[in-house]
Amino acid sequence: MSVDLQLRFDREAITQYSKANQEPEWFLASRLAAFEACSQLELPVLEKTKIDKWNIDQYVPFLTQPKVASADQLDDVVKAEIDAAAVKSLLVQKNASIIFHREQAEAKAQGVIFTDLATALREHGDLVKKYWMQAVAADEHRLTALHAALVNGGVFIYVPKNVEVDVPLQAVFQVAGDGALLCPHVLIVAEANSKVTYVDTYVSSAGTSMVANSVVEVFVGPGASVQMASVRSLSAEVHDYVFRRAILDRDGKMEWILGEMNDGNTVANNTTVLKGSGSAVNTKTVSVGTGSQRQNLTSQVQHIGTHSESDMLSKAVMTDEATAILNGITKIEKGAEKANGEQAENILMLSEKARGDANPILLIDEDDVKAGHAASVGRISEESVYYLMSRGITRKEAERLIVLGFLDSVVTEIPIEEVKNRLRQALERKLA
Amino acid sequence: MTAVPHLQINNLHARIEEKEIIKGLSLEIKGGEVHAIMGPNGTGKSTLASTLMGHPKYEVTEGSVTLNGEDLLEMAVDERARAGLFLAMQYPSEISGVTNSDFLRSAINARRGEGNEISLMKFIRELDKKMATLEMDESFAHRYLNEGFSGGEKKRNEILQMMMLEPKICILDEIDSGLDIDALKVVAKGVNEMRTADRGFLIITHYQRLLNYIKPDFVHVMMQGRIVKSGGPELAERLEAEGYDWIKEELGIVDETVNANV
Repeated sequence: MSVDLQLRFDREAITQYSKANQEPEWFLASRLAAFEACSQLELPVLEKTKIDKWNIDQYVPFLTQPKVASADQLDDVVKAEIDAAAVKSLLVQKNASIIFHREQAEAKAQGVIFTDLATALREHGDLVKKYWMQAVAADEHRLTALHAALVNGGVFIYVPKNVEVDVPLQAVFQVAGDGALLCPHVLIVAEANSKVTYVDTYVSSAGTSMVANSVVEVFVGPGASVQMASVRSLSAEVHDYVFRRAILDRDGKMEWILGEMNDGNTVANNTTVLKGSGSAVNTKTVSVGTGSQRQNLTSQVQHIGTHSESDMLSKAVMTDEATAILNGITKIEKGAEKANGEQAENILMLSEKARGDANPILLIDEDDVKAGHAASVGRISEESVYYLMSRGITRKEAERLIVLGFLDSVVTEIPIEEVKNRLRQALERKLA
Repeated sequence: MTAVPHLQINNLHARIEEKEIIKGLSLEIKGGEVHAIMGPNGTGKSTLASTLMGHPKYEVTEGSVTLNGEDLLEMAVDERARAGLFLAMQYPSEISGVTNSDFLRSAINARRGEGNEISLMKFIRELDKKMATLEMDESFAHRYLNEGFSGGEKKRNEILQMMMLEPKICILDEIDSGLDIDALKVVAKGVNEMRTADRGFLIITHYQRLLNYIKPDFVHVMMQGRIVKSGGPELAERLEAEGYDWIKEELGIVDETVNANV
């Protein structure tokens, strides 16, 4: 069946938005090239998930919003997630506009750039150009091409050599209104021996048929260390696609903390390329499936450098009629001697109608390595419920404790207190 | 609430799947009393404990159990607990991600009811005190419930829960198994501290050794799913010295399971 749907955007709309933001010529050209390419590109091929009936391109891409003068004027849905007044470095994007931005003076003085994408393109165009769509290619598939064509905001972070940013840089992305598109691009460049933590949150307000199509690219320089935490709490009215990719240089460290707390359909791919020797990544993903949402969550590592190390842990709780496919892929290339890759996916099923698949995959082309995986799909143990109930705790509370406990062994290891609390809050919301 | 607790078991029959294990057991436990049930393995001692607590695997087919006149068998497991019943389990579950202290606070508050929750300060004070009695390291409060605990640590943790929850009728199911003598003394100290006129105990054990430290008022011998003999502490001493054969002979019991593991 082929339905020819009219797109609600064209070259003209893209060009207008680009001009309005005074984007450099090369950037408009890359948008238009991606726009031309997207109709020929296929959708990404996903394990056990068909997305051809999902909302891929039916939206209004450039809904602009007025700036807010102070943090207390942000929408309640944003304020519920973040104590905006207390956050030192914060950027808030709503649909196609950056509506709030606060930069920490100390970091700026050290040469740290923390700004929105449009400003970065105007003020640091060459720097952005060097990294733009280098980790995730615009022509990988139709979704990345749509992203490159329609990107309507995002964050650029640049940390110079030897600089350590001591407070987390934070962003909130909000999608609101019928047919709205949130299409942010997060670009993080951490130069040699630098250190930075970036935290973002995705929220949605009232609206129907909304879409978020995000790309995150992280370039970790030699000996640099990047920590990224992301909590996605988008409503059932949002179809969410996110492709995150980090490329690590020698002795670089990357830590991903991902809370996939959406209520709607989600495709999330998180890939780390351990290019340099001695580079290392740690990925923790927590997810709760509710309602009839479908999620395809992939955690992937590619070992290229010798002595590179990876550790991936994903935990999901499935309720109602939700479906989640959890893919863990550890790929060790020929020559990645002494690499060590570990992964685990654990799914707890709370309903007969829910579905959870854990797919651990090891692809190893080098002999001198260590690799391991563990996967489990289980239900709440009646013995455990009995034990808690025997102390006077009701069945409902016992099950809640067990479920939160199942996820908490990941949550508790999150090194940023604020993110930990935000994630716990999201968990309580989803499991209420 | 201050009424002396009274657990009355009458002609209890219970089975697991199709196999009857408890075959007409009667017993009465009142506040201030310590009862010990002894007997060889496989005679239904632990089944009795689990059945009283309401383990879903066991089905009561006949008889009655009341706690202070209320039908215990009609209650869900958590209701039994809130009515004042406590079972220190032989094999407590390990629950990942739930800290000991969070769990204990939930359990205490479940009993106290909404609006009457224990204050955090008071809770911590009580917990510290009781952990000191049981010679438990402070770190146990923040460890996940029983996860990675040794056998002895689990047993202490069961007694800690009992001390924190202050139940009316305490059942200890082979609390002594796997404990060395020092740990046994500590556990006994915790139990003895709780012996009051408004609390009754049912101690299930395989060995008389425990009863040197927790002096029972009554000793019962269980065989073939029933209590076959009752007496005072001297009965336990005789069992320790002579085994169970003399009782079998006295009562004409021929039962292979009795010989096993004695």
